[in-house]
Amino acid sequence: MSNISPVPQATPRKPWSATPRDRLNTGLVLASAILLSFAVVAVTPLKGKLAYFAIFFLAYLTLEFIVSFVKAGRPAAVDSLFKGLVTMAIAAAVTPIVSILVTVWIRGHKGLHLSLFTTDMRSNSFTDPVSQGGIVHAIVGTFLLVIFAMVISVPIGILTAIYLTEIRGRFTRPIEFLVQAMSGVPSIVAGLFIYAAILVPLTKTVNGIQGSLALAILMIPTVARTSQEVLKLIPGDLREAGLALGGTQWRSVAIVVVPAARSGLITAMILGVARVAGETAPILLLTGGSGAKNYNMFSGSMGSLPNYVWQSFSAGTPEAITRAWAGILVLLVIVIALFATARTLGNRKVGAN
Amino acid sequence: MSSQLIESPALPEKRVITTRPRFSDRVFRAVVTSGGLSSLLILGLILAFLLYNGFDTFRQQGLHFLTSSSWQAVVSDSGKVDVANSHFGIAAMLIGTLILAFIAVLVGVPISVGAAIYLTFYAPDSIKKIMVTAIDLMAAFPSVLFGLWGFFVLEGSAEYWAKLLHKYFGWIPFFRLDAPYVNRSPFIAGLVLAIMIIPIVTSISREIFSQTPLDRIQAAYALGGTRFAMLRAVAFPYARSGIVGGVMLGLGRAMGETVAVYTVLNIVYQVNWHILFSAGGNVASMILLKFGEASPYEIKALMASGLVLFILTLIVNSLANLIVSRTGKSGR
Repeated sequence: MSNISPVPQATPRKPWSATPRDRLNTGLVLASAILLSFAVVAVTPLKGKLAYFAIFFLAYLTLEFIVSFVKAGRPAAVDSLFKGLVTMAIAAAVTPIVSILVTVWIRGHKGLHLSLFTTDMRSNSFTDPVSQGGIVHAIVGTFLLVIFAMVISVPIGILTAIYLTEIRGRFTRPIEFLVQAMSGVPSIVAGLFIYAAILVPLTKTVNGIQGSLALAILMIPTVARTSQEVLKLIPGDLREAGLALGGTQWRSVAIVVVPAARSGLITAMILGVARVAGETAPILLLTGGSGAKNYNMFSGSMGSLPNYVWQSFSAGTPEAITRAWAGILVLLVIVIALFATARTLGNRKVGAN
Repeated sequence: MSSQLIESPALPEKRVITTRPRFSDRVFRAVVTSGGLSSLLILGLILAFLLYNGFDTFRQQGLHFLTSSSWQAVVSDSGKVDVANSHFGIAAMLIGTLILAFIAVLVGVPISVGAAIYLTFYAPDSIKKIMVTAIDLMAAFPSVLFGLWGFFVLEGSAEYWAKLLHKYFGWIPFFRLDAPYVNRSPFIAGLVLAIMIIPIVTSISREIFSQTPLDRIQAAYALGGTRFAMLRAVAFPYARSGIVGGVMLGLGRAMGETVAVYTVLNIVYQVNWHILFSAGGNVASMILLKFGEASPYEIKALMASGLVLFILTLIVNSLANLIVSRTGKSGR
């Protein structure tokens, strides 16, 4: 046995990946576009952030176009131009998200303090210093409103989804269509409907359950559509196995299909909650905005986070505005937490527990 | 040999095989079907209650409700409603709704479709995952947040853009200004709405682009096409009508938005075609604005406005869904 020295292996080259020369090119184009934008802003009367962006954008596209034109001809140049455009589009789509998150944190964290989560606004006005008063009542209110909305909408939403995937009767097409149409109902219309159907003829005053009903209307389509997607993913084998063992349809849906889709259905529920937790317009019409804690959904004005934000914003003084941002920070944290939970659950394999 | 008949064991009773569902299944189907039909019930009830409450207004105002732009609820000294002199017309707000939704679509759709193309055909997997999550998260942002952000953050930049637009494009009638007030204008509210419809239009476009048949994509590349050539020859024709549907869904969202518009826009009850000028409104925000101090009589007129808005968004959304669902089928 002789010692064979290992043959040095050539690293496989991918023809589509960038060579150092390509990288140099890109770097040069970027650098000159940035330089050009600074130069133009310094020399011409064009000023401001917008000028930087606009000139950088135009310069980058033009330079990139010229470079690829020289290197590989017209089709390649058009291709790179288009790539530049769609890259700018994604940047434009993501910028507001970043801006919103940063703004909420910067303006909201000043209003955060411990007593915010232990006191309510019973004996404070929105224009008081920020350290006084809190949002317990609003958190309690939002929690109750959302729980009741969930209790109403989740059964309806999941039944609708089961009808659409399991029964598939003659109403399937119309119901699918109506659920989609329902997802476009403006939130103020849902509020007006509950106002006309319940507040005017029956209660004649604001209370929590009316808000929950309006939220439920907005939540049903989200729950139904997400659940439908989840149930569609359950393999037909499972249903057939249930039926082949002699189970009725009811048993095979209840014992096989729904448990297999459990985590997906929970995701649907959470997405529905995230959709309505910050809904403001119907809340303003229906629930009132008490500053004290109210655990009774069926009587009395019920505060909530969107309402708190709205009232503080309307009060308008610097203290009140800080309150509004702190309120929205809490609301946003809740929404993001719900969203992240839904994502984590939704990423699991369907059928796994 | 005696052949004794072996007494055969008693035959089991004949089983009746039937396709008729069991009792439990019939109950199950009835329950599920009635749950499924609840969406029909809810939409029907919304229509019925708004119509019932708004009927008086429709009867008294007739077509003027849609074509005139005055909103006067006259109440005499004794507290009785003066029906003859009260006028309700929502033309100004209807036009405002369309203007805002139009700006939103004009600005939001190119960004959304471009972003969807980037995410489907250009983005590396790691970036794609983050961006898709971020855009989906944006769909869950409460509208009051968009309103506040538009009011405190976007306003500052957008006023400057509005002045630029006016300076260089002032000769276009839409960009004319009769007075130097560019804050809280339909232009800025339209931009906020544009940002609000980005998630839905992006996610629908992305879904449709990702269904582009792979063999056609590879055929385009095999013929030596660049990525843009592939997009133009394969992806765009395939996705076109679906994107139109997605755009209309965005339009529906933009027409029904209440709180964000109320926060950002200076709501003035007049027809204002000059989108840079600080006055405007849409039906939804007008309802919220007038609701607080409305008399029962005026609330009926607001219910009628709500009905108009409801029907408008229902039509737009239904058309949109029809278009989107058709694309999905033809591609397979």
